[in-house]
Amino acid sequence: MLALKITDLVYRWPRQTTTCLDIPRFEAAQGERIFLHGPSGSGKSTLLGLLGGVATPETGRIELLGQDLTQLGSHARDRFRADHTGFLFQQFNLLPWLSALDNVLLPCTFSARRKLRAEPDSRSAAATLMAQLDLDAALWNKPAAELSVGQQQRLAAARAVIGHPEILIADEPTSALDAERQQIFIDLLLREAAAVGATLIFVSHDRRLAAHFDRAVALDEINRAGARASA
Amino acid sequence: MKAVLRLAALSAWSRRLTLGLTLIAVMLATTLLLTVERIRVDARQSFAQSVSGVDLVVGARTGAVQLMLYAVFHSGAASNNIGWTSYQAIAGHPAVEWAVPLSLGDSHRGYAVLGTSPDYFRHFRFGEREALRFTVGGPFAGVFETVVGSEVAARLGYALGQEITLSHGFSEAGMSEHGDKPFRIVGILGATGTPVDRTVHVGLEAITALHLDWVGGAPMPGLNIPPQLVAKFDLQPKEITAALLGLKQRSDVFRMQRFVNEFRGEPLLAVLPGVALDELWQAIGVVENTLLAISALVVLVGLAGLTATLLAGLNERRRELAILRALGAGPRDLFLMLTAEGLLVTALGALLGLALTSLGSSLAAPWLLQRFGVVLGARLPGSGELELLGLVIATGLLAGLVPGWRAWRMSLADGLTPRL
Repeated sequence: MLALKITDLVYRWPRQTTTCLDIPRFEAAQGERIFLHGPSGSGKSTLLGLLGGVATPETGRIELLGQDLTQLGSHARDRFRADHTGFLFQQFNLLPWLSALDNVLLPCTFSARRKLRAEPDSRSAAATLMAQLDLDAALWNKPAAELSVGQQQRLAAARAVIGHPEILIADEPTSALDAERQQIFIDLLLREAAAVGATLIFVSHDRRLAAHFDRAVALDEINRAGARASA
Repeated sequence: MKAVLRLAALSAWSRRLTLGLTLIAVMLATTLLLTVERIRVDARQSFAQSVSGVDLVVGARTGAVQLMLYAVFHSGAASNNIGWTSYQAIAGHPAVEWAVPLSLGDSHRGYAVLGTSPDYFRHFRFGEREALRFTVGGPFAGVFETVVGSEVAARLGYALGQEITLSHGFSEAGMSEHGDKPFRIVGILGATGTPVDRTVHVGLEAITALHLDWVGGAPMPGLNIPPQLVAKFDLQPKEITAALLGLKQRSDVFRMQRFVNEFRGEPLLAVLPGVALDELWQAIGVVENTLLAISALVVLVGLAGLTATLLAGLNERRRELAILRALGAGPRDLFLMLTAEGLLVTALGALLGLALTSLGSSLAAPWLLQRFGVVLGARLPGSGELELLGLVIATGLLAGLVPGWRAWRMSLADGLTPRL
């Protein structure tokens, strides 16, 4: 079973005539670590929205772990996202008024499945993850807003992987970090993904990072709409 | 959903300063609304209970409202009087258990002087059929003795045994003072919250005695009858202003009313006090409704402030909503979160407003009674108040729907990446 399989996907923004995404075929094997790159405005965020199930394509199929998202209602897609997908954004990943620990625990409050899969229990799992990510115990009960950008991104990584989601989606998670920290953070993310056996889709416009991944894909290569637009 | 509500509470707590200020606005607006309602109901109650246990009020033929105004509220003037013989004929009617004559027209430093019989203190009832009660002293017995209401005594600082003089009519000018015939205070009544508090009571004979040497509303020049000589005159009045009747059987009230209205000697009018008070209140009702409408507007302004606060905060919380969305929250959850916040603030504000109203009214009750004669009962909120409270909370729910709906739209448009 593939972790991700896109077939004949066409997406248009509401009330617009030009096609935004037209992807005949795109696949990712389970545990694969894919680097997806493309210039800004090439439809990366839209693709992530489709993978997350917050948007639906005009036509085509998006299968995650064998489940076709287009066959699910919006509520079921929300549930699927909560249960199987960990998200990581550029920055401001955390709820600033929640403690560091509670931020990491958030997926477990939204998904009973991820709470169940957090070993041995969600609290200890969060503690282990934070310790692995070099987050001092003194920080755990601080409001997230008081942490440095680097600490916040590591917390976000811990939150993305807690409860072993099968799919990890990272949207430019290193853009707020300097070059040295980028390197460290990517290594850390790859290690955590490998540890939980998750398929990682890492999106960035910075092609220099591609070397770390199993496979690098340019969005323009798989997206016919983008090729047409740039032509 | 439980997780979402818990996060909504934590998120609200993180913005407690702004929300707290909004909460205070809602609380004060609710307090105003409930206070107006409470005073309205209680004023109406005090008003409706300014006389009870009286079956009929009798006066010269005029409007029912006008008769009540001068007979019970001692305000305005009677256009005509009742002849003493007519009064006696009515008082002697077999259906009548008791009759109390009322004679008005004089005043004491702005307070009405009521000439009546000592029976007045026995039969007059107010509120829930409460009898008049003396704080000190007792009813008048002699001609130049007087009983004053609680407000008269308190405001003018009167004590038992003190001597006061009455004025003719309601003028303040010394010209028409009955200065030659002072009255001694022999009794002070307890507070009733009715016009009784603002009345100086004297015997019917005293009214006659005061006017022995008067003709046509002015002292007769050269004629001066000193108080010690008045006993030599016949002090029985020739006419009175009005009368209160108590019947042996309440069921006779319409028969008796007809008897008075069709009285042959002179044109008279009998009214049922309850009905006439209602009619009178209708006239005042416009004011109370205006007050209520204004306070309802204040509540609307408070809730509009709440909506504005939540909407303004929403832009700063766009990332928060996107994060929750990525974690699996649906647009519906975010809608719920925002709406719940609005509802929570309103409900809390409304309940605090109720508490403040209750506290305030129990603290202010003695002062209100003394100062304005309004009896504010320490009691559970009335049905009208609960209805208003429900309306406030329902409107708060509506006010919360707006930011809720906005969050819904935003989360659909933004997806997982907030556009800032």
